[in-house]
Amino acid sequence: MASPSVRVPRPSRRRSPMAPPRSFLWTRRIFLTALTGFVLLPVYVMFSSSLKPLEDVSGAFRWLPSEVTIRPYLDIWKTVPLARYFTNSLIVAGSATVCSVVIAIFAAYAVSRYRFRGKRVFTVTVLSTQMFPGILFLLPLFLIFVNIGNSTGIPLYGSRGGLILTYLTFSLPFSIWMLTGYFASVPRELDEAAHVDGCGPLGALFRVVVPAALPGIVAVAVYAFMTAWGEVLFASVMTNDTTRTLSVGLQGYATQNDVYWNQVMAASLVVSVPVVAGFLLLQRYLVAGLTAGAVK
Amino acid sequence: MRRRTAGLRRPAGLPRFARLRRIGLPYLLLLPALLLELLVHLAPMVIGIVMSFKELTQLYIGNWGAAPWKALGNYRISVDLDAPVGAALLHSFLVTCAFSVLAVGLCWLIGTAAAIFLQENFKGRGLLRAVFLTPYALPIYAAVITWAFLFQRDNGLVNHVLHDQLHLTDGRPFWLLGDNSFVALVVVAVWKTWPFAFLVVMAALQNIPKDLYEAAALDGAGIRQQIRRITLPALRPINQVLVLVLFLWTFNDFNTPYVLFGKAAPEAADLISLHIYQSSFVTWNFGTGSAMSVLLLLFLLLVTAGYLLATSRGRKHADG
Repeated sequence: MASPSVRVPRPSRRRSPMAPPRSFLWTRRIFLTALTGFVLLPVYVMFSSSLKPLEDVSGAFRWLPSEVTIRPYLDIWKTVPLARYFTNSLIVAGSATVCSVVIAIFAAYAVSRYRFRGKRVFTVTVLSTQMFPGILFLLPLFLIFVNIGNSTGIPLYGSRGGLILTYLTFSLPFSIWMLTGYFASVPRELDEAAHVDGCGPLGALFRVVVPAALPGIVAVAVYAFMTAWGEVLFASVMTNDTTRTLSVGLQGYATQNDVYWNQVMAASLVVSVPVVAGFLLLQRYLVAGLTAGAVK
Repeated sequence: MRRRTAGLRRPAGLPRFARLRRIGLPYLLLLPALLLELLVHLAPMVIGIVMSFKELTQLYIGNWGAAPWKALGNYRISVDLDAPVGAALLHSFLVTCAFSVLAVGLCWLIGTAAAIFLQENFKGRGLLRAVFLTPYALPIYAAVITWAFLFQRDNGLVNHVLHDQLHLTDGRPFWLLGDNSFVALVVVAVWKTWPFAFLVVMAALQNIPKDLYEAAALDGAGIRQQIRRITLPALRPINQVLVLVLFLWTFNDFNTPYVLFGKAAPEAADLISLHIYQSSFVTWNFGTGSAMSVLLLLFLLLVTAGYLLATSRGRKHADG
């Protein structure tokens, strides 16, 4: 079964002389086709249902719309305050991303370029916070925010600020880890050249290291944005009616008594497109960053 | 050693201030990250542990310091298997264990297989890679809401295919209620988590030198042997981390059941995070909720430590 076959169908130029046997090619074909089906099934349902009239999604399931309509895409903005959820999510995820990336750049620069006491403790602690159950610090954080609000008047609970603060720490550990790997791959001679030219450490960081590691920084930014855009647990507790984000708003939409599934699917598609497009465009940098981080 | 050369090259007799700045600089750069981690992760964790020893109900939320001490009372309630609270917690814990083992196993298997099948370049490989990463890129709630629609009893795709088209079931089963909900939960969790395993394994595979395979092929090793003798051993170090991370994520998963079932999960799919969330925010008894969270944390620490010990020793054994 594993013996290399001599007659390889359509030999391509790229294939090495040790071409894989036919049985392997067929296993691969079947496995990848089945997996593609599994992966794309919900995506197809999301897309096709968003173009259906309401009758098609309230009765038995139909593979194809009885008529194609864009009404759901117009109605979603009226049925629920989707525009407000959208704005809230954009503000929260955008701010959390910018802050998280800037803070991660500083921390990663320190870890990759300096030796200092407590470096290992820092990296291990930061990474391990990632592993703790969110539920463990949800309740205390809720109480901390409520009590800070009561004693200082800074409204963290129920505000976008509190959510931004929370979310930026979620992406921070992974961002620091990945950027450390990226920065380490930037040759140190470049820093030294900048020092010779009279740059301080921060000058070297922003004039030399950051531009050289830009793909990695962009990948980290996408990751941070995705994390904040998709978070549900803290959003469900820390927001109120005016600061509600998409993750909670959309869920409320889908658990009403009469669910307009065509509209829910249209809304899901609308909120997914920006992150999926960004992710797929930049995924090769993410893979490169993972490799760089893993080498460390 | 080289790390300091840039600074050391400066003229000797460095002013004290500058030296201080050089030593302090890395800490200054780390300060924002540290402060935030303290505020959002570490301080709440300490407070959570304190809270688990208090009788913290609705009355004391505005002023939690005033809540009366309860010593180990909250823990006693959580582990008392004869009382409904403890019994429900144990049930939820067992469901979560079964769910995690199943989901992690499937995610790892599918992710590794897909990465190995995409290792060699062929037409359409880039496109497939993008397709496979889509579930990971989709916002969790959008993906899970779509799955909830697929699993609807009367107008969902799953029942349409199983009952209307293939006639496999007598009636239309409920997928989001009762025992079937466990299956639905595993399917959704695997669907959205396996791409992460795929991504990580794919990155690791890029580090295996091509000539290893060529040499093996010249020696007459078939594909299966190449995978067993070269690919899988090379993946060992990354697998150690990957499986652990997958396990911790799945075990702590809150989003999937919360969005899939709404606030009340059916008993068969009552994952522990959602269970604690409910028993805290529905009854507003934060003390018991915290005690349960601390027990969960202890369990995860034990598992992690045991896992790392076992796998590291196994690795040394294999190397030596």
